[in-house]
Amino acid sequence: MNVRLYLWQRGTAAIMVPMILVHLAVIFYAMDRPLTAEQILSRTQGSFAWGLFYGMFVLLASIHASIGIRNVLSEWGKLKSGTAAGVSTVFGAALIVLGLRAVAAVVLPAGMLP
Amino acid sequence: MSDTVSEIKVSLWRGGSDGRFQTYTVPLQKNQMVLDIITWVQRHRAPTLSYRFACRVGMCGSCAMTVNGRPRWTCRTHVAKVVRDGKIEIAPLANLPIIKDLAVDMVPFFEKGVAAHGTFAASKTRADVIEPIKPSEPARRTADEAIECINCGVCYAACDSVRWNPDYLGPAALNRAWSLANDVRDSDGPGRLVAISAAGGCHNCHTLHSCHEHCPMGLNPTRSIAGLKRLSAQAFVLGKISL
Repeated sequence: MNVRLYLWQRGTAAIMVPMILVHLAVIFYAMDRPLTAEQILSRTQGSFAWGLFYGMFVLLASIHASIGIRNVLSEWGKLKSGTAAGVSTVFGAALIVLGLRAVAAVVLPAGMLP
Repeated sequence: MSDTVSEIKVSLWRGGSDGRFQTYTVPLQKNQMVLDIITWVQRHRAPTLSYRFACRVGMCGSCAMTVNGRPRWTCRTHVAKVVRDGKIEIAPLANLPIIKDLAVDMVPFFEKGVAAHGTFAASKTRADVIEPIKPSEPARRTADEAIECINCGVCYAACDSVRWNPDYLGPAALNRAWSLANDVRDSDGPGRLVAISAAGGCHNCHTLHSCHEHCPMGLNPTRSIAGLKRLSAQAFVLGKISL
């Protein structure tokens, strides 16, 4: 891992720390009430703020995790550097697609989902 | 009167990387070092046994081996401290190619010292006035903390990051780089920063502290590497280095 990848991984982690605390608070809030799926969707659908928050979270987590997977593949999987980079890039892209799709499912207004 | 108090079973690695352990019965004496029992085996049981040592007093760093699974300097390791149930197992250092028996090829280790720009690059000539360096200056004190390395290779053998990534420069080379990075007389700062920021550089360290735990000189290469990570990150963000 070079300094560029190091900074991307540590930088995304630093931004995610407060976001994870917000995410945990949201989970505890929803479970404590408890909120039903319909009640949660009524608050998130059409919400630009929640879409931005979790959209950013998905992008940051995908970058962070794919760099970590790259290290695991090269250090423990003994893959060559280029192969590990390729596999982890595909992994990161898949996380982005799946994550943004999940965010869209809860923030897009009803009827707008593909 | 003999100092022999009992006997121990000593298993020594014999052969190359495809070798095996061979067990010898060695008289155990008072105040005996691990290096002493290896020498006894060579003189009395196995004259073809290959191993490396020079000073025998913990200065040269050439006698490091794996003793009961742990890298140690054998000349300063008491047998009584490491013997288990009357047995000791001695293998060559890990993470380095085995030449024969207990002797490893140290070339990759020293090549990484060169790759990390671990050589002093003078900023002045002998014609210049000698620059006074106060031992109390913060940079000098930081350099001094890392400077007593004897290049025994114990940290390199103990490092999981080296085992996982053979291209990783390793704790000794990076510790040396940190010492020079804090030496105001050195002129190779930018070149060294590029070397330790690249693919095999300081950012591969997982901060496992094995080097710190095993260093016979009590140094803390993990702390040195953390310092290099800070220097490297700052230089990259400020555009002082590019990869």
